[in-house]
Amino acid sequence: MKHLKSVNRKAVRVEKATEQPDVVALQRTGLPQTPHFPIGCSLVFSPGWEADRTGGTAGLCQPVERDLFDCHIGCYWPAQVPDQLNHAPDWTAKCAAAQKDWRKIDLIFP
Amino acid sequence: MLQSVSTRPHTRDELSAAVGDAAELDATLAELARVRAIGELDAPEVPQPKIIPLAPFPLTTMVLNVTNQCNLSCEYCYEYGEDKIVDTENGKQPKFMSEETARQSVDFMLRESGSNKVAHVTFFGGETLLNFPVLKKTIAYARARGAELGKEVDFSLTTNATLLKPDIIEFLADERVGVTISIDGPKDVQDKFRVFHNGTGSYDIVAPKIKELLKRHRSRPIGARVTLTSGTMDVKRIYQHLTEEIGFWEVGFAPVTTSPNRKHAISESGYDEMLGQFRDLAYDFLEASVANRHHGFSNVKETIEELHKGVSKAFPCGAGLGLLGVATDGDVALCHRFAGSDSHKFGTVRDGIDRDAQHAFLQAHHIANKTDCSVCWARPLCSGGCYHEAHTRYGETTHPNLHYCDWIRGWTDVCLRIYGELSERNPGFLTQFDRDEAEAEKVS
Repeated sequence: MKHLKSVNRKAVRVEKATEQPDVVALQRTGLPQTPHFPIGCSLVFSPGWEADRTGGTAGLCQPVERDLFDCHIGCYWPAQVPDQLNHAPDWTAKCAAAQKDWRKIDLIFP
Repeated sequence: MLQSVSTRPHTRDELSAAVGDAAELDATLAELARVRAIGELDAPEVPQPKIIPLAPFPLTTMVLNVTNQCNLSCEYCYEYGEDKIVDTENGKQPKFMSEETARQSVDFMLRESGSNKVAHVTFFGGETLLNFPVLKKTIAYARARGAELGKEVDFSLTTNATLLKPDIIEFLADERVGVTISIDGPKDVQDKFRVFHNGTGSYDIVAPKIKELLKRHRSRPIGARVTLTSGTMDVKRIYQHLTEEIGFWEVGFAPVTTSPNRKHAISESGYDEMLGQFRDLAYDFLEASVANRHHGFSNVKETIEELHKGVSKAFPCGAGLGLLGVATDGDVALCHRFAGSDSHKFGTVRDGIDRDAQHAFLQAHHIANKTDCSVCWARPLCSGGCYHEAHTRYGETTHPNLHYCDWIRGWTDVCLRIYGELSERNPGFLTQFDRDEAEAEKVS
């Protein structure tokens, strides 16, 4: 926070809790060293991510396909995804919304 | 930037003209969005989670109605007036709590307080001191039982002061019992509603007794609790009288709880009037606090304490959660204002809390159910307001108190400004609120 100052006790606590970067999976030089919490990653308490209340995957809080992109963009881990920087830059080009378009993701062969 | 967007919605480009540096603009927008000071127009509403606290929720405060009888006949009283919930004259409840029921209540309290180290017991009425013998024995019993269980028991009571006598005052001081006095102000104000059964005013009786109490009882700060009505709205004069002339440490004000058609009910313009007077007194409080002088306007202090702690309520008060009321027969109720009412019963001190009734109550009264409140910014502090007020006004506890929304927002606005100024001008003042222990709910 640069423009706002925490005033009350709760805000001070929130600020303290977030000022030190937590576990960061992907850190490249040049990126701001701020904490990064991939959505749905286990750092964040997000029940219903892996199984819904019936034990299936139909009623997840977030679509299961989000996993691919969170791990791929945020972490490179644990999902194995194609090398977007060098080898397959466009492998997700046809996939605008993972939940809807995941079937359109290209299959990449090494 | 906030000023611009508060007038009308702006596009990013419009704001960028004012800021220039794109990175700076985005950083600022991100910060403001993070604290929800700004948002996108027509963004879908994020549904608020409805989380019901897990049972067993520890009991912090038990309000013991040691009697439902009173020696005054205050016209506006919720317990005896036309808006009463429980028939205390011909009903099934005994008029006085027995020693045995009081002991069972203490055991109940200690049992239900879970891992809390401190249990708060508040004696209430009727006129509490009409049952002083039981009160006295209950304190002794609770201290002994608490000591066996390694718990501290803290006591307080509310009284109209008519029955204060030297030996009672002595006892309250020695036992460190917190005392709140119901009093409305100077003689002309007090005697308007706070009268004996024969209609004579109570001021001349209570004023000397209160002065005696204040002189002798120095172990805890003693507060006055004022009921404001349409006819007695003179906040500053009442405050000055009670602090400077009588000597109270703190004074808290509350508008009368009544159905809207009674002549003492506060009208919409009355609430505006009250807000203006509260604001003036709140700014006196601010100036005193900046100079590290004590100021006893407790309403503002309580609200800025909540602001400091960042309180965000799903329920308007602790009733049914950390606070429960006990009727003279040992029935446990939502709070003392509902004590004895079968439709607001949560078990008995003998059989324990009726967890199903408690859960059903919490389900039905969560802020997520109050559609009217969903767009109000004062929701985290107000959460729909007093259940008893709602019951009296609208006939149901689930109803948000829509008749005083403007007042609540106006008052919250005043307190936010005061809090902001205090945090700039004397942040040291706010450190007094950095205590974490569970505290007793204010009972009125």
